[in-house]
Amino acid sequence: MAQTPGSEARTGLKLISPTAIYVILLLAVPLATVLIYSVLTGGRGNVSLPVTFENYSELWSKSVYGYIMFKSLMVALVVTAITVLLAYPVAYFVSFHVKPERKSLWLFLITIPFWTSYIIRVSLWFVILGYGGVLDSTLMSLGIMDTQLNVASYSILSIIIVLAHAYAPFAVLPIFVSLEKVDRSLLEAGQDLGESRWVTFLRVTLPLSMPGVIAAALIVFIPTVGDYVTPELVGDGKEPMIANLIETQLLKLQNFPQGSAFAVVSMLMVGIVSVAFVLWNRRFIGGAK
Amino acid sequence: MKKAPALRSYTLFYLLFLYGPIILLPIFAFNDSRVVAFPLQGFTTSWFSEMVADANLRIAAKNSLIIALSVATLSTVLGIFAARASVRYRFPGKAPLMGLIMLPLVLPEMIVAMALLVVLLSIGIPLSLFTVIIGQVLICTPFAVAILTSAFQSLDKSLEEAALDLGETPWSTFRLIILPLVMPGIMASFLICFTISFDEFIISNFLGSGQPILSVYIFGQFRFPAKVPSMLALGTVLVCFSIILLGFAEYMRRRGIAKAGGKDSGGFL
Repeated sequence: MAQTPGSEARTGLKLISPTAIYVILLLAVPLATVLIYSVLTGGRGNVSLPVTFENYSELWSKSVYGYIMFKSLMVALVVTAITVLLAYPVAYFVSFHVKPERKSLWLFLITIPFWTSYIIRVSLWFVILGYGGVLDSTLMSLGIMDTQLNVASYSILSIIIVLAHAYAPFAVLPIFVSLEKVDRSLLEAGQDLGESRWVTFLRVTLPLSMPGVIAAALIVFIPTVGDYVTPELVGDGKEPMIANLIETQLLKLQNFPQGSAFAVVSMLMVGIVSVAFVLWNRRFIGGAK
Repeated sequence: MKKAPALRSYTLFYLLFLYGPIILLPIFAFNDSRVVAFPLQGFTTSWFSEMVADANLRIAAKNSLIIALSVATLSTVLGIFAARASVRYRFPGKAPLMGLIMLPLVLPEMIVAMALLVVLLSIGIPLSLFTVIIGQVLICTPFAVAILTSAFQSLDKSLEEAALDLGETPWSTFRLIILPLVMPGIMASFLICFTISFDEFIISNFLGSGQPILSVYIFGQFRFPAKVPSMLALGTVLVCFSIILLGFAEYMRRRGIAKAGGKDSGGFL
């Protein structure tokens, strides 16, 4: 087709403009607003000048805020580690030990729970772990326990269990994709040269699949650090995480600047951890050439 | 294939962990007791009749359907524009624009919801089902773009060139050649966006001004122990519903790949 670069650029821009305008107006502008609000002075339901960094310094001066931020980060990192560790063998099994024509079916089975109502899955854990719930009634009727465990009252523990379950299928897919790309002849070469299966795994398969592991970690980390529902429901609201904190400031206290500052800090947290993961990933991609 | 009994049993155990809570849904939805605990008390369908009789639930379901249909349509249309532009054309600002469109995938949903909410409150737009739709489209569009990009990528460019050489206009080429070939991708995108929207909670909760929407309604009802069994019945229905939808989406996706002569390379996304 005889298209000059100029006309191609114009057609492309024209084509993408509806979507682009939509996201600029409804995503870029709101994010910029949050950024601006976070350095303004706020009262109940309004914002005004002067420009101030008080909203940020509040974060360090009030230990509650720092604690909630730190807790969110830790919970998200623990959940990420657990999810990825549990998912790796599953991805490995599907990639290396399942017949090629059956792989789609296995992946489909693993992804179905993720696509079923998130709210129902999380709420079910409340029913399972709570006082007089399925877990306790089962243990007691089997005679294993004679008092209620009431795991749901150990807020942080139950938050971790529920989140690890909710995002588990997320982790399997990227690891599986990277394992599929591992050249099988490299493994045979390793074993032909006298390495044991385990050493071949550690020195060939694992490093080659690291990009998938890191992608999985990111995919799990981002939504868990900003999860709102689980702490609200399972933790009985006693162990708020960062999303609950933002909600309290923005909606309940109507303090837009303070809430915006929390939102910006949580975006920074996600950003920093993501960049760290991506840099770590680069090491492995470099090695895989 | 080498046998790996330990890995296989671990994987089956993992699947059991994944499915555990979902398996409980039908078990207790048919259990004749308000208390959700073992041992089971007997078979009943009364929770399903209680669910059907719940008028608020019907309103919530209707609202959710309106939202999900609108969101799926809008996101898929916006996705077609973005995916087609990014696969077919080179233009300035492509990387940052595509980055912005895909950004909600890497932002916690709470941030997207709160940023939008702050702006809506500041300029005084009242919250309604419409604001929920606007917000959810932001979340769903990246999924639509991802699915549609792979659909457009598997298109053979020479088919399009042939049509243009034979005198078709760009628009009739798009309608007669490209659209039918990417139709399975469009269907898959529509179904996935519908499922995500139907299930979505955060935006429905914060941008919905307390209007009954299914996910928000379920969240509220689980706090009342007496309401839990009928919610489990509802959950059973929803799970069956989404498995059927997903099975259909997966079927469409595979047919699309087969149509374009490609090879199947894994599941969604």
